[in-house]
Amino acid sequence: MIASLVLYALLGGADYGGGVWDLFAFGRRARQQRSLIAEALSPVWEANHVWLILVIVILFTAFPPAFAAIATALHIPITLLLIGIVLRGTAFTFRTYDVQRDDVQRRWSIVFSSASIITPILLGTTLGAIASGTITVADGKVTSGFFNSWLAPFPIAVGCFALALFAFLAAVYLTLETPQRELQEDFRRRALVSGVVVGLLALTVFLLAKTGAPTVRAGISRTVWALGLHFFTAVFALSAFYTLWTRRYRLARLFAAAQVTMILLGWAFAQYPHLVEPHITITSAAAPRITLELLLGALVAGAILLFPSYYYLFVIFKAKTSK
Amino acid sequence: MCLLCFFVAMNDLLAARSQMAMSLAFHIIFAAIGIAMPLLMIIAEWKWLRSKDEIYLTIAKRWAKGTAILFAVGAVSGTVLSFELGLLWPTFMGYAGAIIGMPFSLEGFAFFTEAIFLGIYLYGWKRVRPRAHLFAGAMVAVSGALSGIFVVIANAWMNAPTGFRLVDGKPVDIDPIAAMMNPAAFSQTLHMTLAAYAATGFAVAGIHAFMLARNRESRFHRAALSIALVVGGVSAILQPLSGDSLAKSVARTQPVKLAAFEGQFHTEQGAAFRIGGIPDEAAGVTHYAIEIPYLLSVLAYGDPHAVVKGLNDFPADQRPPVAIVHISFQIMVGCGVAMMLVALWAAWRYLRGRRKQTWLDSKWFLRVLVAAAPLGFIAVETGWAVTEVGRQPWIIQGVMRTSEAVTPMPGLVVPFLTFTVLYFFLAAITVWLLFRQVVSTDSTEVQKTVA
Repeated sequence: MIASLVLYALLGGADYGGGVWDLFAFGRRARQQRSLIAEALSPVWEANHVWLILVIVILFTAFPPAFAAIATALHIPITLLLIGIVLRGTAFTFRTYDVQRDDVQRRWSIVFSSASIITPILLGTTLGAIASGTITVADGKVTSGFFNSWLAPFPIAVGCFALALFAFLAAVYLTLETPQRELQEDFRRRALVSGVVVGLLALTVFLLAKTGAPTVRAGISRTVWALGLHFFTAVFALSAFYTLWTRRYRLARLFAAAQVTMILLGWAFAQYPHLVEPHITITSAAAPRITLELLLGALVAGAILLFPSYYYLFVIFKAKTSK
Repeated sequence: MCLLCFFVAMNDLLAARSQMAMSLAFHIIFAAIGIAMPLLMIIAEWKWLRSKDEIYLTIAKRWAKGTAILFAVGAVSGTVLSFELGLLWPTFMGYAGAIIGMPFSLEGFAFFTEAIFLGIYLYGWKRVRPRAHLFAGAMVAVSGALSGIFVVIANAWMNAPTGFRLVDGKPVDIDPIAAMMNPAAFSQTLHMTLAAYAATGFAVAGIHAFMLARNRESRFHRAALSIALVVGGVSAILQPLSGDSLAKSVARTQPVKLAAFEGQFHTEQGAAFRIGGIPDEAAGVTHYAIEIPYLLSVLAYGDPHAVVKGLNDFPADQRPPVAIVHISFQIMVGCGVAMMLVALWAAWRYLRGRRKQTWLDSKWFLRVLVAAAPLGFIAVETGWAVTEVGRQPWIIQGVMRTSEAVTPMPGLVVPFLTFTVLYFFLAAITVWLLFRQVVSTDSTEVQKTVA
């Protein structure tokens, strides 16, 4: 049990990484700053993208029934999500290697950016549906149909929230990717605007949760822990905003990342001990102990191997601009 | 219109299987290239570091460009597969996740390492020292091979499930390590890894042979062809050995599959090996095959008088579709043998001419290399069909049927068609971009020689 708890923390961690880094790749609708984004993205997007795969394999190794239920009930949004992922990744690469003519480049950019907008919405929708408590399971079979759980105001609001959040983070990061003042200012403005949108959508999500995801909403205010997390979320959000306003971008990046971490942790805590509301809990879906232990071992070993490499990647490609 | 009727009438199980088959068939090409290309690149780069001959650096960089495109497509189509396992086969994943999730998780890490170092390799030419760069390339090659091996281990488990006991239809006493050590794992991973090197090596060699035939003086294409052909050729010569070990493992763990490989309907002592032939499932015979006496018994069990079980000894509802498996198997073996012969010819040409410069000067030799270029990937695709279709009707051999594993989701023909269209589109663009890369390679070089 302790093992599965730790695992959940790690899952949450990976989840957070997936969120933070994918959004990095979920680029933005910026026009003239396109080449900056491309430069920032191209060496790292594939590695960032793997977080998502890691979340999936950990989910189906550690909690197979939960994976089965999610994949059945949310077949449609996940399939659309996949198409989005495919188009985004390939369009981005094809753009780099296709003819450097404007019309060709623009075509790929349209595919890349529209897929970048749709994919986070679907990702958020999927997570929202998992949290909403409408995926019902009886006897190992999903009983809630293929549309009910995700075609509802709450999951879709979560989707928009996810998009705004990703856009906000990307803008904050991009302020640090360029030494040019004007470009920095562009992204600062974008970050501020999307930050406000994030706040508004967060409020919307919270209000919709009253009917859309009552148990999670109750979870939000249930324990001191959860309340503490939300307090910190708010503090980080405001700090991120303040540092952006005062152009202290490195601090802003730190606060924005912390803010997103807190949001995801807050979500995880609110949902605990459920994996898929309302029927599947961590304990009921956990794989046998030996699988969890081995997986945990692999995660630790993998992390020891990966984090230095990952860090190295970022040092190589991100050090120059931060100076 | 009739095609449309066909798709409308397609049942969900068939659609799910088609979607999985199509996704795998698509991904396996990019996966194989992702395993083998880094090896080719680091060999070129290593030769550059040793000889300081710029031509090798140019080769490594050109290959790296192609690899970047192919790797991106491979990465996203692999992501699609990891989801599809659950989207299409939730019952299977719910059941097997705890047992074989382990190699998938390890694959996740291996792939992660691969992606990180590929990023460094592709975009770090100017940012890291040459040694570090070569090291990054080696990491890509190793982790690429490892991620392929982990995925094939999971597939081998589906063929030879171990590491659990069945009690009332539920798996208990799960041991993920034992599941990874399943009896099919070793020979299957060896076979697939060699196949990736052989197929990619031959394909790359074929492309350069084609360009060399048009531009005989090109040092670039000569050097590139040599590296690719050495990697592809060595693998192609070793491949029959791994194939033999795999056949013996199949004979032990999946006798019905072996029978389907060979179109063997009757149980027989001292069974013959069939070349060609069309199995007639209704009549229970394989027509028009060339039979080599006793060879099948030897190949499968190492004993000319060993008994080979025939398909008729298995209940009809446990037999795979014989014709597809048999014919795919024949094509795979045929391609493999042809590649081995080409590799031997190349080795002979290279060793015979003491003047090593002339071994590529035969027009016919280059033509054969061009013709052999697609053989490896044909063998990979048909080989995959052999192992997957040969396991039907099971998704986990002897434990769970494919029809039990499929999602209850209706209308699966829609995602099948969507992904098919999407993948055709991607394939077309990839081919076009690679073609442009190859052509531009040639034209810049011509400019160089002219200048």
